[in-house]
Amino acid sequence: MDKRIRVLVAKPGLDGHDRGAKVVARALRDAGFEVIYTGIRLTPEQIAESALQEDVNVVALSLLSGAHNTLFPKIVELLKAKGMTDVLTIGGGVIPDSDIPGLKAAGIAEVFTPGTPTSAIVDYINANVK
Amino acid sequence: MANETLKAGFEAYTAGVVAKLDKNPERANLEPSRLYTPLDVEGFDYEKDLGFPGEYPFTRGVQPTMYRGRFWTMRMYAGFSTAEESNKRYRYLLANGGSGLSCAFDLPTQIGYDSTDAMAEGEVGKVGVAIDSLADMEILFDQIDLSKVSTSMTINAPASVLLCMYIAVAEKQGVSADKLRGTIQNDILKEYAARGTYIFPPKPSMRLITNIFEYCAKNVPLWNTISISGYHIREAGSTASQEIAFTIADGIAYVEAAIKAGMDVDAFAGRLSFFWNAHNNVLEEVAKFRASRRVWAKVMKERFGAKKAKSQMLRVHTQTAGSMLTAQQPNNNIVRVALQTAAAVMGGTQSLHTNSKDEALALPTTESVTIALRTQQIVAYESGLADTVDPLGGSYYVEALTNKIEAEAWDYIKKIDEIGGAPEAIAKGYIQKEIQDSAYKWQMDIEKGNKIIVGVNKFQQEEEAPKNLLRVDGSVGELQAKKIAALKAKRDNAKVEAALAALKAACADESVNLMPLILEAVHAYATEGEICGVMREVFGEYKSHVAL
Repeated sequence: MDKRIRVLVAKPGLDGHDRGAKVVARALRDAGFEVIYTGIRLTPEQIAESALQEDVNVVALSLLSGAHNTLFPKIVELLKAKGMTDVLTIGGGVIPDSDIPGLKAAGIAEVFTPGTPTSAIVDYINANVK
Repeated sequence: MANETLKAGFEAYTAGVVAKLDKNPERANLEPSRLYTPLDVEGFDYEKDLGFPGEYPFTRGVQPTMYRGRFWTMRMYAGFSTAEESNKRYRYLLANGGSGLSCAFDLPTQIGYDSTDAMAEGEVGKVGVAIDSLADMEILFDQIDLSKVSTSMTINAPASVLLCMYIAVAEKQGVSADKLRGTIQNDILKEYAARGTYIFPPKPSMRLITNIFEYCAKNVPLWNTISISGYHIREAGSTASQEIAFTIADGIAYVEAAIKAGMDVDAFAGRLSFFWNAHNNVLEEVAKFRASRRVWAKVMKERFGAKKAKSQMLRVHTQTAGSMLTAQQPNNNIVRVALQTAAAVMGGTQSLHTNSKDEALALPTTESVTIALRTQQIVAYESGLADTVDPLGGSYYVEALTNKIEAEAWDYIKKIDEIGGAPEAIAKGYIQKEIQDSAYKWQMDIEKGNKIIVGVNKFQQEEEAPKNLLRVDGSVGELQAKKIAALKAKRDNAKVEAALAALKAACADESVNLMPLILEAVHAYATEGEICGVMREVFGEYKSHVAL
C-alpha cells in the first residue's frame, strides 16, 4: 500500500489541555501515518471542514473538559453531512466508561481513556481504517 | 584534607560495589547516583547557599518558623455547575477545616464568553462554575464572609473582570477592598505556552496585567496580583527544572513589563506569587521548591535591584499533579497524593490543593474531596513533617539535587534571555517544543517500561467500572441562559451601554488604567461576555502557534 493513512487530530470545545493530543499525534506520525494537528479550541464545524479539506481517513478527537457528549456526536453528524461516511472517528480524554456506549451509538468508533498506550491506538487504526 | 580520605574511601566503596555488580546487579534506569556524600556538595557554604529561613536567599523557606506557627493554607480548588451548587461545596469545605477558597471557573468564564455564546456549547458548568455577571458572583459567595476568608481564583485572560466582581461582592458585604485577601492567577504567558485559555494578544494582555498590579498596589494592597504558574507547564509534560525555569522566565517578563510601565519594583514585587506542581518524585520535588526560591531571590536582588525582603521571596501555592492520577485502580491515587503532599510540605509551600482520587475520571465527589482534605490534615498533624523548618536541609542528596536543578534552571533562563525573553520564546514556539519533547519522552518511557506506573504498565488487574462519579447536570446551560435573560430585563441597560462605551474608549488609550472602568461595568451588571466582548473588539484575539 503506497498511500499513507491520513489522520486529523483535533481538539473541539474550549479545553486547552493538549498534552495527550500532541503525544498521540506524534506517536501516530512516528508510526508512519500522515498527521495533521488542528490546535486547540475548534468548533465542530471547523473540525469537519478541516477533515474534508485534508481528505483524511481518520478523525481523532481529544477532549478533557466533559463536553464530549455534546461535541463528539455533533462532529460525526457534520462529517456525514459533508459526505465523509467512510471516515473513522475515534475519541479520547477524560471520559467515564458509562458515556462510552452512547458515544459509540452516535458514531464514535472507539474511545481511548487515560492510560491507553499510543501503540493501542496505532493498532486500532491499522485494523479498522477503510 | 578530610576530603582526600573521604575520596579514597568513596573510591574503595565504589570499586567494591562495581566488582560485585554481576552478582548483585542494580535496577536499570536509575537517574540519581548510587550514593551522595559531602563530595557531591563540594564548596557548600551554609550561609551563602542556604542561610536562615525568612532570609535571603530563602532556600530553607520564606518564614522564620514556617509551620511551627501556622500550617500552610489548605486550599481546595473547587467549582462546578451553578454558583448555587459551588457555594454549597465552598461552605462544606470551610466547615470541614479548609482554610481558604479556590475557585474553579468553567471554560466559557475563563475565555470571556457568556454561557449563551455559541462557543460555550457543551462546556457550561463542566470544569468549574459558570459566572456570567456580578449576580452569579453574589450567589457564589453568599454567607461567606470575605473579610475572613482568602480566595484564590484560577482566572487569567479575564482576571481583571473577575477581580472586579469579587471587589463588588465585598462592597455589598460591607468589606472594603483594602481588607481583601486572595490571589488571581492572571498569568497569561503560560496560557499561551501550556494551558490555552488566552483571549487577547500579548501586548494588551500584558497591559491588563500591569494595570492590575498598579490598581491593586493602591486599592487592594493585600491581594496577590498574579500567580506565576509552573503547575500547568508541568502538567503539559515538562520536567521539574523546566517547570521552574520557564515560570521564572515568565516572572522576569512580568517584572520587566511593570517596571517599563513606570512602577518601582518594590511597590509591586511583594504581591507576586507562584504556583508549583507537586509531582511523584518526592525528593526531586523538595529540591525543586528549594532551588526555585534561591533562583527567584537572586533574580529579584541581582537583576532587578529589589531591596525589600518581601520582593525577593518566592511565595508559592502548590497543587498535587493531576496528570499523575490514574484512571486504573483509582484508590491508589490516595497514596500518590499523600506522597505529593509530603513533598510540598517538605518543600515549604504556603498553600496546598490536594487532588481527589477520582479526578482522572471526572470532577471529584464530596466524599473523595474529603479524603483529599484529610490527607493534608494527616500530614500536618500526624506525620511530624511540619514540626521543624526545612527538614531535608543538609541532606547530601537533596542539596546536590537542589544545586543541579538550580543550574539547569539558570541554563534555560540564559537561553530564553538570548531568544529575547519569555514572550519571544513563546512566540517562536521554543518553550512549547521543549515541553512537548519532555511529554513525549515521558510517554515513551512508560510504553517501553523504563518508567513504571502502578496499575497502568505493571500490576494491572481486572476491575469494574467505577461508580458514584460526579456528573454535572446537562441543564446548567439553560439555567444560565434564563438567568442572563432575567438580568438583562431587570438591569439599567442605558447604564450598561454607557459603561461599556467608556471602557471601549479607554481600551484604545494605552495610558489609561482599565480597572476602574471594568469595575464600573461590573457594578452596572454588564455580563462577562459583554465586557470581554468590548475588549475583544479593540484588542483582537490571539491566534496560537501550532507545531508538533
